[in-house]
Amino acid sequence: MSEPTLQPEASPNATYVETESTPTRRAFVGVAAAAGLCYAGAVCYPIYRYLASPAEMAASESAVREVTLDKAQDLPLASALMFKFGSSPAMLIHGADDSWVAFSAVCTHLGCTVKFEPELNRIHCSCHGGTYDPHTGKNVSGPPPKPLTAYKVNVAATSVTVSRA
Amino acid sequence: MTESIYTWLDERLGLSDISALARHKRIPVHSQSFWYYWGGISLFLFLVQIFTGILLLVYYRPGSEAFESVRQITYVMHFGWLIRSAHSWCANLFIFSILVHMFSVYFMKAYRKPREVGWFTGIALLFLAAIFGFSGYLLPMDELSYYATKVGLQIPASIPFMGAFTTTILRGGPEVSDFTVQRFFALHVVILPLLFIPLLGLHLFLVQKHGNAVPPSEDAKPVAQRKSIPFFPNFFQKDLAMWLISLNVLALLASIFPWDLGKQADSLVPAPAGIHPEWYFMAPFHMLKILGNWLPGATGEVVGILLFTLGLAIWVVIPFYDGENKVGSRGRNAHYFGIFAVAALIVTTALGYWGIR
Repeated sequence: MSEPTLQPEASPNATYVETESTPTRRAFVGVAAAAGLCYAGAVCYPIYRYLASPAEMAASESAVREVTLDKAQDLPLASALMFKFGSSPAMLIHGADDSWVAFSAVCTHLGCTVKFEPELNRIHCSCHGGTYDPHTGKNVSGPPPKPLTAYKVNVAATSVTVSRA
Repeated sequence: MTESIYTWLDERLGLSDISALARHKRIPVHSQSFWYYWGGISLFLFLVQIFTGILLLVYYRPGSEAFESVRQITYVMHFGWLIRSAHSWCANLFIFSILVHMFSVYFMKAYRKPREVGWFTGIALLFLAAIFGFSGYLLPMDELSYYATKVGLQIPASIPFMGAFTTTILRGGPEVSDFTVQRFFALHVVILPLLFIPLLGLHLFLVQKHGNAVPPSEDAKPVAQRKSIPFFPNFFQKDLAMWLISLNVLALLASIFPWDLGKQADSLVPAPAGIHPEWYFMAPFHMLKILGNWLPGATGEVVGILLFTLGLAIWVVIPFYDGENKVGSRGRNAHYFGIFAVAALIVTTALGYWGIR
């Protein structure tokens, strides 16, 4: 690879003139840049996948369609059972009126885990005081913008099955 | 715009001093110039170790979960096997490269005045690297690492008077256990880096301060006949090329020969056959074994440690014996001692591997 040569007779003002060697230099820079990108990719891609592994595992967990809770049919009236639906917390509520409902237990405001309070007949989030209706999951007061996601509940003789609605 | 940002920074940080330094720094060119790359290669491999080590820290859990977390890194996390393999392979390449660097410095007599402190810091860095290797080897807590640590710790334990006591403290009990993993982990990721990095800074500063040493054959030539090239960009480009070659070698080794994870360590399971230390500990290990067979009882171990320590001490203080830049018997003797040391290391390492083949 040679420098572009100075050709005084062709250009009296002594400027650099492109010769046939210029494309070679350009090609070299191009190949070097491409190789550099390949190396960067070969280093960065495995590192990205490595660091993203738990996120990917959680994503495959949250693809879960239903969860079976053994012996949950014995849950007393006016009480709740906390469980994991995939990777996120959820609650099964056995109402005082013998109704069965299940919701995602993740507050729709900033993601704290909510709590069933049977004595006040509400679902409460102690982070910012949001409340939800314990029968429908509807956001009643405070900052939550949306109702809690509701699941379908199927009570069997030995277990309770909660599934995506 | 760029100009004014540069001026602003230059007035405050003195950037032009650094660029002037880079412009004026020159690297000697002669038949032995090849050996100048090995310090830079070692530095590169150390940077890779920091990088891959931090990545392993993302999932590694010391203590009772050590094996399980390494199993998870190796078999569950995407590319975890590659990162662990790169860290293990790079550790070996790193030790190899600093050994090459040390012996080339020795035979080029680069330890002579005024570079004695560079020699001392370099040897201290080699020691720390060996402790890095020894402590890191235990962390997966598989059978091999468990027994290597168990056996390796017998050597300091056999030192008279304080040996047994200090080894028990270091080990965190009379046996290698979860406590050992926990404290070796602290040693490996906190204490050793805290010692290594400032020492490396001093080492590099001294290289910068005194420049590259030339071998005696080159030193004998008149100044006008010596050749050199600018550090920047000429030598720097070659340094980068060496780094790239090192990266390629590492990538090939790590991906074609993925580092193995054995069975979980269990003190009730007998030691597997052919247990042996890492190659860089093989020579002292085998010297002890030879002397242990010659001399009765614990005398062999003690004499072995004394002899090895004596050789090492001579190696360290060689600049005080052969410090003057002149031809003479001291220079020759140091050279012969170097050849003896290399031969002894190679022969005992080979015998060690011959014994377990």
